[in-house]
Amino acid sequence: MYSTGYHDHGTPVATAEKLVTLEIDGVPVTVPEGTSIMRAAASVGNDVPKLCATDTLKAFGSCRLCLVEIEGRRGFPASCTTLVADGIKVKTQGHKLSQLRNSVMELYLSDHPADCGSTSASARCEVHDMAAKLGVTGMRYGVGGKNHLRAAKDESNPYFTFDQSECIVCSRCVRACDEVQGTLALTIQGRGFGSKVSASQNESFFESECVSCGACVEACPTGALAEKSLIQIGQPTKVTTTTCAYCGVGCSFNAESRNDEVVRMVPNRDGHANHGHACVKGRFAYGYATHPDRITTPMIRKSIDDPWQHVTWEVAIAHAASEFKRIQAKYGRDSIGGITSSRCTNEETFLVQKLVRAAFGNNNVDTCARVCHSPTGYGLKNTIGESAGTQNFDSVMKSDAIILVGANPTEGHPVFASRMKQRLRQGAKLIVIDPREIALVKTPHVEAQLHLPVRPGTNVALFNSIAHVIVTEGLTKDDYVSERCEIDSYNKWKAFVAEDRNSPENTASSTGVKPELVREAARMYASAGNGAIYYGLGVTEHSQGSTMVMCIANLAMATGNVGREGVGINPLRGQNNVQGSCDMGSFPHEFSAYRHVSDDATRAMFEKDWGVPLLAEPGLRIPNMFEAALDGSFKGMYIQGEDPAQSDPDTHHVTAAFKAMECIVVQDLFLNETAKYAHVFLPGSSFLEKNGTFTNAERRVSPVRKVMEPRAGFEDWEITVLLSNALGYPMHYRHPSEIMDEIARLTPTFSTFSYEKLDRLGSIQWPCTDEAPEGTPTMHVGHFVRGKGKFFVTEFVPTSERATRKYPLLLTTGRILTQYNVGAQTRRTSNVTWASADVLEIHPHDAETRGIKDGDTVGLTSRSGEIVLPAQVTDRVRPGVVYTTFHFPESGANVVTTENSDWATNCPEYKVTAVEIVKVNQPSEWQKRFHEFTDHQLELLKGREATHA
Amino acid sequence: MANDIGSFFNSEADKTVAAQGVANHIKRYWDPRMRREIVTHYRDGGAGLDPLVRSAVALLAASA
Repeated sequence: MYSTGYHDHGTPVATAEKLVTLEIDGVPVTVPEGTSIMRAAASVGNDVPKLCATDTLKAFGSCRLCLVEIEGRRGFPASCTTLVADGIKVKTQGHKLSQLRNSVMELYLSDHPADCGSTSASARCEVHDMAAKLGVTGMRYGVGGKNHLRAAKDESNPYFTFDQSECIVCSRCVRACDEVQGTLALTIQGRGFGSKVSASQNESFFESECVSCGACVEACPTGALAEKSLIQIGQPTKVTTTTCAYCGVGCSFNAESRNDEVVRMVPNRDGHANHGHACVKGRFAYGYATHPDRITTPMIRKSIDDPWQHVTWEVAIAHAASEFKRIQAKYGRDSIGGITSSRCTNEETFLVQKLVRAAFGNNNVDTCARVCHSPTGYGLKNTIGESAGTQNFDSVMKSDAIILVGANPTEGHPVFASRMKQRLRQGAKLIVIDPREIALVKTPHVEAQLHLPVRPGTNVALFNSIAHVIVTEGLTKDDYVSERCEIDSYNKWKAFVAEDRNSPENTASSTGVKPELVREAARMYASAGNGAIYYGLGVTEHSQGSTMVMCIANLAMATGNVGREGVGINPLRGQNNVQGSCDMGSFPHEFSAYRHVSDDATRAMFEKDWGVPLLAEPGLRIPNMFEAALDGSFKGMYIQGEDPAQSDPDTHHVTAAFKAMECIVVQDLFLNETAKYAHVFLPGSSFLEKNGTFTNAERRVSPVRKVMEPRAGFEDWEITVLLSNALGYPMHYRHPSEIMDEIARLTPTFSTFSYEKLDRLGSIQWPCTDEAPEGTPTMHVGHFVRGKGKFFVTEFVPTSERATRKYPLLLTTGRILTQYNVGAQTRRTSNVTWASADVLEIHPHDAETRGIKDGDTVGLTSRSGEIVLPAQVTDRVRPGVVYTTFHFPESGANVVTTENSDWATNCPEYKVTAVEIVKVNQPSEWQKRFHEFTDHQLELLKGREATHA
Repeated sequence: MANDIGSFFNSEADKTVAAQGVANHIKRYWDPRMRREIVTHYRDGGAGLDPLVRSAVALLAASA
């Protein structure tokens, strides 16, 4: 059932420019050509009765309730499938229409539970709503006939139930799975009376191909498919429009709540990023916010071997501030720093970097984008002039050829993946470049034209060879380049990629990709019309991550594929606010909007606004902070919403750095891995408990609005304010809107942004300026932000991390649909029903030579460390490559990743680690120590009440 | 890490320009204490520094 209070127009909106005027029940109505009569009527408040229609799905015309009469036409056409025409006169009411509709309704009621409206889930059953609307109070057929009223329930899915007795076989669920999600896990099985909704091959929902996106649940007009939370808690009494806190798609949701408890999350059909769609994480996995593991009392301790003391906020904040002051007095101004999080709002990250720069008095602030998309910022800033993607998500619907490199959107960005699949089913071509055979390479309904299974660590060589083909075969758009790019840089790049050593034939020994595949991919992309590149961490998390981003920009510019809809350079951001945390000045070398701290005019502006002198030198990046901690010059950190002990590479190194510090302040929901090394714990607020904004991968700033009160008493931005005040740098914000006003005042790309405008427009893609007061869906139209686009020579420099006799396999890492990042949130939801441990994927050939069978426990060893995981033997990975995820701390995936990093940004090389696999029968030494340490820390967590609280 | 930076700029044929590129990169992105360390390392002989990086650090040392 769709969101409470939503006015369903029955069929999708038409977007034609040409308008058509018709008359409905005597009322003139003007709508775009292509609009259904049903939608036209609904647009003037005249809702024609319906059951099989809903405005997220194409008209189906099966329920026969929406019949109308059209003057001069025979019969009673269905208003959902009949389009408007100029001058027609439509009647939606009348005696004959009532007779027809009522007869149909009686048939529905004869096989539908009479008490449907009495349960909480089906209180909004459209069958009964329509019966009431039509005035049908009984039916002539009785209830003694053959029916489905005793059909069994399918309760297998942890989040929703399927009660066949309430199903009217309208196919809305089947169509939603097809048209909205694109999985086609559902079908109508059987014929006539035997027709029923079936998941896959008549399996339970849980065992089927269903990905639990919930589109079917939302589409269902009855209680047949209903959220279990709705059944348990009851009808919501409040609706709050907010933004998902998971991946970089940034879906808009209507959070429906009752008595300060979320009943369900319903994707917002007016949401500009998701258009009413969601995934299993966003729609269902919000239960972590009320999980018993939440820590809601501030805590302090002197050493990480001491029990935690529960204290008041005043004591905790005063202790943190005094410790930071003590450390600075003893070790110097630059001995402390802070980390902002992509899981926090723009306003929160802006405040943390402000606190570091203004209250700490240094530039030692960094963000977790350091370890994911910092190369995107560097590569795009230098080539096209702005550290952000060029398009909106809707742009993909105009793409003709799509290169998808180093990204797995069906797992990491599922709602965007559904949109991409819609376009692919319309005929757009897909080129997947990935060491693994990701789902989009081949599904029953979508298939990539080409899969280039590149060897990990050789992206740059591959893209140079693609560029070689484009240049040497004359597929470049020289007119575009002449007009919009620096010609000297273009000529230099052209000469470089044209060198014979960059040909597909000569790079194949490095990349492992057949030359003919490379040539075909190059021609497909360059000749398509609209060529778009989408990429993820498989591009950035390499020693040449920034070079690879430049490769992508070079290719897009050379083929004229930037500056209009359907094309572009599209980084798929892993977390909800990666773009925003970078925009807000979280990097140690730059203020908001990517302005270097050495820029005197910018710094002067901030100094005047903030009333303090600011440093003109860059501060430490996260890996540098750890190095400095180990060499004794860095002693304290404020970490908001991040968990480097799990997410950052080379765990031994990271935890040794933490142990070397004297005061670590962690602000989080849970005692995460980093908090186990902390001295102050400040309980944070979940996205449901605060106000602010997130910026998604398409630069779209969307509202985060408080659904329930903060469990620990404060929104995260308020905690930063308390800390700053205690440090002697007063902050006076009363609401995040005031922080945003400051951001707008100091940030050119946000110059006309305000909460008032955001509330009015729903979301805004920056730049939001006088020139673009309602935002900028497509960037670089007409010219590049930097003026002329600049090409860079992208020499392939092989990573030093190579397969050797000792470590003959290459490990690459990624994520899965049901878990998110370090798993702190999703591990505390029923998503663990699908995945409760990280597994190691290994090719059958590699498994066989090592005597490993599917399900065996294997030891994974690199030069950094050893862990133990269950093996999954699969040909999704190519021989010589193994793959795992990092969602579960006990797996310790980052125990084996190395210190290697991107040359420009220090982004870790998570995607290439040389390893060896052996069959084992017990946990690794690290895992044994991890469990001991965790048990010890949980004991200390039991704590004791403070004596001075 | 400095050598990795040097590897990117090494494709520039004009080695003076390349060295300036490496030096600028280090100046823009490295914290002063890291810059001091590499300058000290250079003054102590610069073991392990590639020739281009050595030239770049020489520029940093000259302006330090």
